[in-house]
This record gives sequence, C-alpha cells and structure tokens, in this order.
Amino acid sequence: MEPGALLVEGLEVVYGRSVRALRGVSLDVPGNGVVAVLGANGAGKSTLLRAVSGTLSLHRGTIAGGSIRYDGARLGGRDPAAIVRAGVVQVPEGRRVFAHLTVAENLRAGTLGRRGRAAGIRAEHDRVLDLFPVLAERREQRAGLLSGGEQQMLAIGRALMAAPRLLLLDEPSLGLAPRMVGRIAGVIREIAARGTAVLLVEQNATIALDLAEKAYVLDVGEVRLAGASADLARTDEVRRLYLGEPVESEGTPAPVRTAPRRALGRWTG
Amino acid sequence: MTKLAEIVLNGLALGSVYALIALGFVVIFKASGVINFAHASLLLLGGFTVAKLHDDLGFTLALLVAVVVTAAVAGLVEMVFIRGLGRTEVHTLTILTIGVDILLTTELTRRIGSDVLSLGDPWRAGVRDWNGVHIADARIACVVVAVVLIGTFFAAFRFTAWGLSMRAAAEDREAAALMGVRLGRVQLIAWCVAGALAAVAAVFLAAFPSAGLDRSTGQIALAAFPAAILGGMDSAAGALLGSLLVGLTSALTAGYQSDLSWLGANLGDVAPYVVMLLVLIWRPTGLLGSRERARV
Repeated sequence: MEPGALLVEGLEVVYGRSVRALRGVSLDVPGNGVVAVLGANGAGKSTLLRAVSGTLSLHRGTIAGGSIRYDGARLGGRDPAAIVRAGVVQVPEGRRVFAHLTVAENLRAGTLGRRGRAAGIRAEHDRVLDLFPVLAERREQRAGLLSGGEQQMLAIGRALMAAPRLLLLDEPSLGLAPRMVGRIAGVIREIAARGTAVLLVEQNATIALDLAEKAYVLDVGEVRLAGASADLARTDEVRRLYLGEPVESEGTPAPVRTAPRRALGRWTG
Repeated sequence: MTKLAEIVLNGLALGSVYALIALGFVVIFKASGVINFAHASLLLLGGFTVAKLHDDLGFTLALLVAVVVTAAVAGLVEMVFIRGLGRTEVHTLTILTIGVDILLTTELTRRIGSDVLSLGDPWRAGVRDWNGVHIADARIACVVVAVVLIGTFFAAFRFTAWGLSMRAAAEDREAAALMGVRLGRVQLIAWCVAGALAAVAAVFLAAFPSAGLDRSTGQIALAAFPAAILGGMDSAAGALLGSLLVGLTSALTAGYQSDLSWLGANLGDVAPYVVMLLVLIWRPTGLLGSRERARV
C-alpha cells in the first residue's frame, strides 16, 4: 500500500438503528493530489467524511461494516483526536469557525490536537498566513465578524495548523460568491501542490472535477461512478445531473461502473 | 458611613465566595451543558473533609487534601454519570445531578449530625479595625484567596491549551473534536476544577463570622446559583459580576434589615433571587450570556 493513502473498503454506516446512509462504499485516496466525491444532498458525502474523521458518534451514527485504513493503520472506531494525530484533518461543512474566538485563537485551536511543540507550529502558522494574508490583517477580530469567504479561509487555515497529511474538505464552495469560489479553488490547488493530499466533497461538480485527478459519484449511499475526472466529466450522467449540461449525443465512453444501482434502497430495520 | 463601608466590604467578601461557587456552575455548564445541582453537596464534602482532617494534618494540608478529594469526587461524578450516559439528553443528566446531590448530602448529613464543626482555619475570630471600620480577618483572607484563584482561573481560561479547548468545545463540540480536542478530557478537568473551587469556598463559608460547618452549609451554595444565572450561565466573567452583585445585595439588605422590616425578616436570603428575576426581565440571557442560548 502506498504511504499516506486512505483506503475505504465496503463501508456501511447506519444512523440510529435503521437508517443506512452508506452501503458498501469503497474508495481510495493516494498520498498526494486531489480526489473528489460528488453527489447531491443526502447522497452520503458528509457521512463518508464523518466516518473517516471519527465524528459519526456525535450524530448517532455507527460503522456497521467495512474498513477505513490510513497509511496502513485502521481508522474505523478510533476517536477524532487519534485520527487528527494520525494526520487526517477535516474542515467541516458550513465552515464552523469558533465565532466568539478571535482569528488568532481559531488558528491556535487548530494546534490543539498536535503533539509537536512551538517550532513546528510557528512554521505552520507562517505557511497559513502566507496562504491567507487576509487572516494576518484580521488576527484580533472575532471570527464571527469575517465574511463567508474569509471564514472559509479561516476554517481551512485552522485545519492546516494541525499539519495534516490528508485534508478532508466538506463543501468548501457552499454559499460563497463565485469570485470567492475561484479563490478557494486556487487555495486547494496550492495546498495539494505543497504535498498535502486532499479529499474534496462537493456538490459543485465543475470545480471538483477541475481540481481532482480522480472522482467518485455517490448516490443514495452507494458509489455509482468512479474514474478519472476527465473521463467522468464526459459521461452523460455527470453532465446531466451535476454539470447541468443538456446531453445531445450518446455513446460517450463509459467509465467504470462499480455497483449497479438498485431502484429502491432496502430498509433494514 | 462606617456602617456602609462595613456592609460593602462584607458584601464583596461574600460575593467572592459566591464567585468561587458560581464559576464552578459555569465551567461545568460550558463543558457538559449540565447545570450541576450536586454542587452544594460537593461543597459540603470539601468542608467536611477539612473539618475531619485539620486536627491531624493542620489546616493547610487538610485544605489541600480536601481540594483533591472534592475534585476527585466531582471527576468521578462526571465519569460515572455524565460521560457514561453521554448519549442521554442534558436535561436528564441535570436531573440526575439532583439525585447525586441528595445521595451525597444525605450521607454527609448523617455523619455531621447536628454538630457545628470547626475547620481550624488560622483566622479564627480576628477582627481588624480601620478607622472604625471593622472587618473580620477571614473575610479579608477570603477576598485575597478568591482574587488569586479567580485570576488564575481566568488566565488559564484565556491562555492555556485547556482553556482554549474548553472555549472551542463550548462553542462547537463537533468542530472542536475535528481539531483533535479530546472532549472527554476537557469535560473531566472542568468538573475537577469546579470541585476544587467548591472545596475552597466551603472553608470561607464556614469561617468567622459563621459559627462553623453544619449540615446546612451546602445550601448556601444555592445563593451562588442566581449569581451564575444572572451573569449568563455560560459566561465566566458574567458569573463573577453576578456574584459580586448578589453578595452586595445580600449584605446591603441584611445590613439595613431594620430599616426594611416592613418587607419581613430574612430579606437577605430572598434578595439574590429578586435581583436575578429583575435582571432576567431586563436581559433574558443574563448580563453577559450568549444571546443565542438554544438553537432549534
């Protein structure tokens, strides 16, 4: 197995006793580059990230089957703090910065899960401010007073302070102005270029397919399509459902179809 | 004038004891979302431990042991009831703390009986006289100790990793967990800190001019409850402000009792609650509480 790779195999997640949110999801994220997961609302994208980051229990969810391995070690069932220490850090959906804390304190909060001390943290701090100069200007402001785009930058910067080797991004473009979406995309490209692997979950397929080398399409808790982003962008299904383009021709090369889609999900009670 | 000065000084001393207790309420509420009704019994436990040990160990060591014991018992309550039942609604856990309070208080009351226990504090009944203003040594010590402890608490809250974890977790548990904050440990430390502060508060509640520790000492902790609420329940600074307000109100109403006799006796006991109600009518989330208390 490649170092720093995330390997999810046959993952099953259940909320409460009966709501099955993921069924047999398998995907792998190499130790560098960007991998995207596309899907509509309720497809199970956030559930997948929660399973990886160990926060399912905060939502009364449990892993009912399958495995999650990172860099050779099991992640499934470990607590979020252990997963952060393993180098996997998530930026939650909706930014979720600590609104009453200052920008500087938010960044410092990103280091709470780290073992390493002062020197490494200062280097990380400089890198983050280099990536987001606006955060340096707003250091002493409360995070709640930042604009949506700035909050997204802060949320990403806060996660980077934990020195992740794999960054999980949950819908970073959600609710942002188009210009800001472009800037965030640039930042993600920059992060990947600096050697941090990125697992990007997005509804905005245009951006996700543009950034990622490889992509998965989740639908009702199953991986419906998987393949190289360029190939996926050419399929009718993705163009129609996620890129909003009318489909005129048939017979585009079909990418790997990993699981046949059932018409109706079974309700396991 | 000297009477007013005495009353104000006593009010501040009382307020600083309440602050030690109210901070405990706030820190537990921030960490667990639970209002800890077992706080009164923890305070009684702290005082009882000092009373039992001071003959053999001397006051300072006895207090130290009491702080450790109370912190440990508070931590135990957290581990057994609060974390162990972590998936339960916080309302249920809050009611559970009433049960813990009853159990612990009953046992302590059985041991204390109708005795009034001396805590062997070094201030005894000493009274200082400044140009006719009389104030008990114990009250001066109380203010000094409270200022030091509360100052340390606020510094820790603001500057240490634990304080930051605590504030981050209070604001957004999931986001804090995603940053690698160990929520269980933050919560455990919060309970221990609250227990430790309660043990110190017990000493000053039982010190002169009180006769000593008796089985009802724990109930005085309840006066810190309106202090925490009117400060805003989730604000440490608010708790401090509320405590001083409650302390001063109690002292003033008790001091001018004779002029207020048309309102009936024991006004000092009722006054904190009246202040609390008035403040809450004016500001429903307390003086410094977060505006957004419950999200739907």
